[in-house]
Amino acid sequence: MEYEAVIGLEVHAELLTDSKIFCSCASKFGGAPNTHCCPGCLAMPGTLPILNKHAVELGIKAALALNCEILPYSRFDRKNYFYPDLPKAYQISQNDFPLAVNGYINIETEQGIKKIGIKRAHLEEDAGKLIHSEHGDYSLVDFNRSGAPLIEIVSEPDLNTPREAWLYLTKLKSILEYTEVSDCKMQEGSLRCDANVSIRAKGSEKLGTKTELKNMNSFRAIERALEYEIERQKRVLEKGEEVIQETRRWDDARGITITMRTKEEAADYRYFPDPDLPPIVIEKDFIEEVRSKIPELSHERKERYIREFGLPEYDAGVLTDSKKLSDFFEECVNKYPDAKKVSNWIMVELLAILNAEGKEIEDISLTPDNLVKMLNMIDKGTISGKIAKTVFREMLDTGKDPSKIVEEKGLVQLSDEDELEKIVDIVLNENQQSVDDYKNGKDRAFGFLVGQVMKATRGKANPKIVNKLLREKIDG
Amino acid sequence: MKITKDDIEYIADVAMLYLNEEKKEHYTEELNVVLNQIAKLGELDTKDVEPTVHILPLKNVWREDKIEPSLDSEQVFMNTENGEEGFFRVPKIIED
Repeated sequence: MEYEAVIGLEVHAELLTDSKIFCSCASKFGGAPNTHCCPGCLAMPGTLPILNKHAVELGIKAALALNCEILPYSRFDRKNYFYPDLPKAYQISQNDFPLAVNGYINIETEQGIKKIGIKRAHLEEDAGKLIHSEHGDYSLVDFNRSGAPLIEIVSEPDLNTPREAWLYLTKLKSILEYTEVSDCKMQEGSLRCDANVSIRAKGSEKLGTKTELKNMNSFRAIERALEYEIERQKRVLEKGEEVIQETRRWDDARGITITMRTKEEAADYRYFPDPDLPPIVIEKDFIEEVRSKIPELSHERKERYIREFGLPEYDAGVLTDSKKLSDFFEECVNKYPDAKKVSNWIMVELLAILNAEGKEIEDISLTPDNLVKMLNMIDKGTISGKIAKTVFREMLDTGKDPSKIVEEKGLVQLSDEDELEKIVDIVLNENQQSVDDYKNGKDRAFGFLVGQVMKATRGKANPKIVNKLLREKIDG
Repeated sequence: MKITKDDIEYIADVAMLYLNEEKKEHYTEELNVVLNQIAKLGELDTKDVEPTVHILPLKNVWREDKIEPSLDSEQVFMNTENGEEGFFRVPKIIED
């Protein structure tokens, strides 16, 4: 039988506020354990939460960029559970009246644009971090993250393949980055995602039993976990068995999902309105004020790059996927108007290195200024395009000025004809066979000779002059 | 709605409360009385009454996004005997 998967995603993103959502402790990542804590986020008796207005603004900003409807009235509920990552024994969240509902984002699949619904977006507080001791039967808790503001974004089950899930997450991340709602660093936990997945006979309207997947630490892991889980469910059905509704944990090293808890053990959160927090009533003016702060988003930038710079659609798409990369590109173009050349260096050299090393643009030392300086050096003939690659790599690692790198490493292009002529003569003498081959019509032999000159000059020879000299000498 | 002893056992379980047999009987009876009382309210016609979600006429009680100093380490741990190298030590619970 042919099956179709039905996937829904729940994304948690940490909001870029300075302070926590219900107290005035710093909300930033890191710091020595338990140093961003006050009686409020430690749940001392008698403390009360006070909502951070900026968290509400950022929540609305995200919701608007996700085409959601902002509910005029929303409120906070207590989600009760016993786990030592939250000292109150409940998490303040929004259950019955979320901040926003009914949004969507468009993803670009190979079959064209697909609209993915967003069921709801709500605010809540983050939990602390547990470290399980390797030896001994105890865990250690750091409450620095406890009370950091989160937005939870729940998609409709509109996604049908792991690839679509990946595309949705990439688009969502880009929107949250462009609007500066969240920095979306998965490795720091500021973006997290759980997935619900079920399968059904293709064409059927009835939903199958779903499982919930947790513990995926990258978009790639989410895609792989979904691929695995869809295949697992198919095997279960084909054996004539039934899929059990349960939560499964992704084991990235082994590439499988494992049962965590079944529906029978499912948590009962006993939600009820938090009496400590009065409701949020959002007026139209407030919404419009937030709306006016939403900047140009990735798809708008992409269209502009195609229109203004004449970039191919694919390149414009890659350049605008990440806001930081796109900002980098724009800063370069402001100083060096040949956008295509800048784009080529980013698309070919920079991204190859970033992808190979699993890094982001902010992880490297390269600055737009230095890239522009290097491009100018190529234009002036100070360095060859080939040498530039060496300089480029050095700039990425050290952040040094390209002229300094060229000077330190003696990489200036050799354009002195007299000097090159001496080297060309030596190469011709040593490679009489290739000279003859070339004269007998083997064009490839010429390339070999150019290569020998480049080798003798350790890549520094100006290739145009080398070509010219070789032709003069051989063709006479 | 009738609360049974099974319901009481479930509620006690999710709230992590230990109840002996006597207490279970006691709360089964007592909660039924409370719920019957509340059920009486259901007899009223509330068609035109807005639901009360908060008992005080307050809304949008919020503060500006400003950082205030957090507690120093000594104060953070003054109410616990389970501090360890800047962390709180708790029984090991492996879930996710």
